Amino acid sequence: MVDLQPTVSRAVEHEAEKWGGVGVGATPTQAIPSPQQVIEGLRATSRGDDLIQILSPEGVLTPDPDYPIDVDAALLRGLYRDMVLVRRFDREGNALQRQGQLSIWVPLLGQEAAQIGAGRALRPSDMAFPSYREHGIAWCRGIDPTELLGIFRGTDHCGWDPVKTGFSGYAIVIGNQVLNATGYAMGQRLDGKVGSAADGENEATIAFFGDGATSQGDVHEAMVFAAAYDAPVVFYCQNNQWAISEPVARQSRVPLFHRARGYGFPGVRVDGNDVLACLAVTRWAMDECRSGNGPVLVEAFTYRMDAHTTSDDPTRYRQADEAQAWKLLDPIERVKVHLARSGMADSSFFDEVDGEADALAVRFRAHCIAMQVPPPERMFSHVYSEPNAQLDRQQAEFLTYLAAFDDIPVAGAR
Amino acid sequence: MNQTNGVAQAANPTTLAKALNMGLRASMEADPKVLVMGEDVGKLGGVFRVTDGLQKDFGEHRVLDTPLAESGIIGTAVGLAMRGYRPVTEIQFDGFVFPGFDQIVSQVAKLTFRTQGAVRMPLVIRIPYGGGIGAVEHHAEAPESYFCHIAGLRVVTCSNASDAYFMIQQAISCDDPVVFFEPKRRYWEKAPLDVATAPGGMFSSVVRRPGTDVTVVSYGPSMPVLYAAADAAAVEGKSLELIDLRSLSPLDLGPVLESVRKTGRLVVVTEAPREASVSSEIAARVTEEAFYSLAAPVLRVAGFDVPYPPSKLEEYYLPDLDKVLDAVDRSLAF
Repeated sequence: MVDLQPTVSRAVEHEAEKWGGVGVGATPTQAIPSPQQVIEGLRATSRGDDLIQILSPEGVLTPDPDYPIDVDAALLRGLYRDMVLVRRFDREGNALQRQGQLSIWVPLLGQEAAQIGAGRALRPSDMAFPSYREHGIAWCRGIDPTELLGIFRGTDHCGWDPVKTGFSGYAIVIGNQVLNATGYAMGQRLDGKVGSAADGENEATIAFFGDGATSQGDVHEAMVFAAAYDAPVVFYCQNNQWAISEPVARQSRVPLFHRARGYGFPGVRVDGNDVLACLAVTRWAMDECRSGNGPVLVEAFTYRMDAHTTSDDPTRYRQADEAQAWKLLDPIERVKVHLARSGMADSSFFDEVDGEADALAVRFRAHCIAMQVPPPERMFSHVYSEPNAQLDRQQAEFLTYLAAFDDIPVAGAR
Repeated sequence: MNQTNGVAQAANPTTLAKALNMGLRASMEADPKVLVMGEDVGKLGGVFRVTDGLQKDFGEHRVLDTPLAESGIIGTAVGLAMRGYRPVTEIQFDGFVFPGFDQIVSQVAKLTFRTQGAVRMPLVIRIPYGGGIGAVEHHAEAPESYFCHIAGLRVVTCSNASDAYFMIQQAISCDDPVVFFEPKRRYWEKAPLDVATAPGGMFSSVVRRPGTDVTVVSYGPSMPVLYAAADAAAVEGKSLELIDLRSLSPLDLGPVLESVRKTGRLVVVTEAPREASVSSEIAARVTEEAFYSLAAPVLRVAGFDVPYPPSKLEEYYLPDLDKVLDAVDRSLAF
């Protein structure tokens, strides 16, 4: 369902330039939203009374006894650094697409806390199943950002080893991965990795998906299966309010986390722009699963500050005011404020992180531009694990055919 | 009737369903990572009893009665396979596979390629298929061609007890996903089963009966139709060479081409609708590779290009003895 058309409307390019590629949705538009759209937009900024929050948008820290977390300078500085670096290479991804180096980029702008909080709650032995916007989770799983580039430059469909990294490949068909995650978690339980007295032995799985995916049958079936088999899986829904152009009101009458009740397991809504709350809640949810009390649904209430992808034009369907309102809830700013105000970090720390972010962006860009088109054999490799004579023959015939063009420069250049 | 294999019965004839059950049991005994999962496969033993007794003997952690959701069955099996298991999933009837089709196409078939071999999908999808049992809608279809069109899948089908016993085990040990079609109309037909002698790899087609005049190729539920046709043709002095494809993807056309080079005539028999099908592929490939050996066009006896009809009409729809003999005559008369 991702709009993979590499074409970019001129309007988007123009707006992106004007706004430095950030927050395209915040710009005024010629398209006047309907009253219904206005109401939907208001709903998208209404977070309800049940929101779990530890660090307020103003940078005030209020512990939540249900989700205890020891906050010290090292933790908060680490989370800040994670978010800044991830945002920096995400912005570089947008820029690389605009400059024709990537065919598409899927921005995570605004969702840094939802992802870094969840990602840092995972242990190496846990397993994560992402959708396609989870660059922050990839970061936490130790996947170098350059490894994400192949998908968006068109040289690869994955780029990392899902088993070794504990991070499955990006899933582009909406909701598929949620069932796969549930099956993996069923396997963890069959392996006796749940509810052991030695907590270090226990494992859990986390499935990432968006508000749009909650309408998919696969997500429903995943919750049914997870409940039936007590699977240690955290359903982590990043409700960023928009499924391309469709507001969350199109997907559900009730807050998404309420749906967990219908399946018979706990569901909570966390401030998805509060990295401490996301970390504390995800740790709790993963621990519940590891100890045998899974599954758990976590709705991280956040906002997609940028377009769905670089091919999208959000000015056609949502209000500028909405994005402006969410800018005040920025996930990084509140951590910075708290670090500075509490004396946990000074300007030299922030400068250092900024410098590191710029260096990462340079490395990310250089790697992208240097990426080579794979040889034609790549097309035939690993379609099957075991030999397949039919395919071997097709490959041999095609390579022979290509070789006949060796003295023709145009074909050879490819 | 029991002419499943067209040869004399051995001392211990076994039904195809029982042979599958024995094969599943052997695989589960050999490898603790083999799981059986599907609707009603546990306590009930499956609606066709193919998994009868397995849950009792191996436990609920090895034989999983699943919620009624085919995408759920396939989708969770994908995760289990990633975890190192070898899930054998059962789709209760052919026409019920489509809710799981998305997971089969988008994940099962593509994961190995997507991850360039880092993830393997040793997953078996068992599907009872084909008509002739007087069933209601969605219970008598032959959807194998859809699956042959999907790169990354293996598609095989057995036509007798011996193949059922060995091929299911070979499918389970295969590191690629295998869609395993079972001819439900033949579940209760008995044939000799010698568990000590494997009939060869599951990706090979086999000449079931040698002949000289016309090559007739089929698989799964239509093989007994071919045996009957060959018997009838022999009375008229026509010698048919019968080939059981066994594997539909990849196709092992070596024996078919060899046979066509000898007979010059080919009839392909299948219950599946004709258009864009396994039979189309065979006709195309034989034309590409044995054009000068052909004395007549490749003819097909296939299902019509209609939705599967109400069961009182299915004898018109299905390939039968007369349709095959008619095609043989048309080929010879060309």
